[in-house]
Amino acid sequence: MPYTIVVSILLGATSPAFAADAIVAVAANFTEPAKEIAVAFNKATGHTATLSFGASGAFYAQMGHGAPFEVFLSADAERPEMAERDRLAVPGSRFTYAIGRLVLYSATPGFVDDAGAVLKAGTFDHLSIADPTAAPYGMAAMQVMQALGVYPALAPKIVKGSSITQAYQFVATGAAALGFLAQSQVFNIQGGSRWLVPKRLHKPINQQAVLLKTGADNPAALAFVKFLKGPRSIAIIHRYGYETR
Amino acid sequence: MNLVIATTVELAAVTTVLLLVLATPLAWWLARSRRWWSEIIGAISALPLVLPPTVIGFYVLVALGPASPLMALLHPFGIHTLAFSFSGLVIGSLFYSLPFAVQPLRTAFEAIGDRPLDLAATMGAGPMDRFFSIGLPMARRGFLSAAILVFAHTVGEFGVVLMIGGSIPGKTEVLSIRIYQLVEALQYGEAHRIAAGLVVFAFLTLLALLLVERRIRGVQP
Repeated sequence: MPYTIVVSILLGATSPAFAADAIVAVAANFTEPAKEIAVAFNKATGHTATLSFGASGAFYAQMGHGAPFEVFLSADAERPEMAERDRLAVPGSRFTYAIGRLVLYSATPGFVDDAGAVLKAGTFDHLSIADPTAAPYGMAAMQVMQALGVYPALAPKIVKGSSITQAYQFVATGAAALGFLAQSQVFNIQGGSRWLVPKRLHKPINQQAVLLKTGADNPAALAFVKFLKGPRSIAIIHRYGYETR
Repeated sequence: MNLVIATTVELAAVTTVLLLVLATPLAWWLARSRRWWSEIIGAISALPLVLPPTVIGFYVLVALGPASPLMALLHPFGIHTLAFSFSGLVIGSLFYSLPFAVQPLRTAFEAIGDRPLDLAATMGAGPMDRFFSIGLPMARRGFLSAAILVFAHTVGEFGVVLMIGGSIPGKTEVLSIRIYQLVEALQYGEAHRIAAGLVVFAFLTLLALLLVERRIRGVQP
């Protein structure tokens, strides 16, 4: 059909013959950059990415039971590793797409100092963290408190959100005076007060992605993984306060 | 684990007692009112049936937080926030389970009909007297249904507690939250065990409810 050929030429060389869709499970903390990456991905390749946002642990549980996700952007390295071991993932497809930074944040200006001394003073009722058994940012928060020697004093004040998103809600509504959050969540928020926690106080938060077997033959899923490693994605990832390898 | 069960049972028990006390006058008024606009109140009291629990939980979180005007009223008493406290969970549960108390009570009060109450009135019984000597005894089936439903519904509560609880052991960590956390942490074995326990509990509760209703139907055909 000559008409089809004309259209293909007009769309340019970067457009594939068949635009496909990739279903991507995205860890809650990566919500905003993932949305931007999906838009850029669509512009660059013609493929689309359908994003689902949630807790990495919940996604992993769903994946083992037939969820249709094709790419998994976890908040940690542990679950992608398990996906590989359980043969849910394409071997060798696992990589670190972002390194998360932990921040101690309060919606109240001047409340959190830039050395985290507020943790030692303990002049608050509630400190919000993500559930450390499920969320790597919660685990990192525990490590920081232990490294500073303030955990025993703070333990009764800790409230746990089921995900880092909920830990943020507790702080944003003022229900908790401050909380350990992902830097990406508050990176673009003016005001409040914050302490970017030094990396030496916790194990690195390596956020890994993996191509799942459900997406092994989907050109859009393959292209998305490739695009995530590319310079345009990395620029977006940096803009949200993450680091990369 | 025992602490979690104790917190869950305590929350459900406190909620049930408080809600039966609070919902009774409301249900009585709804059942007896002849004004059309009373159904506006009826509809509002049934809203928690429709609203997602996390939505209720979010607004309760905001209302109980230190920035809320509601909490400002309590400042003279030394209370600045009720979020992440057992009292806060009780308040959230009262909203969440309200329809499960109001509906059975209202139905039971309506089933009494006007006649017994009118007769009592002609014999000189005042409104309070009619409520206590006719309303309450004749609606006992409704009270039992309401109590069982509220208790069971509060045990199964998840979204509201998730939003306002913060999962503090001994204060706000309940069974449904524990199951969720276990699944998140990939500890499926323990999660299965608790879930199985809850299923058995729910089954026994509903069976008890149905048997009670059957027995009362038999006594008053």
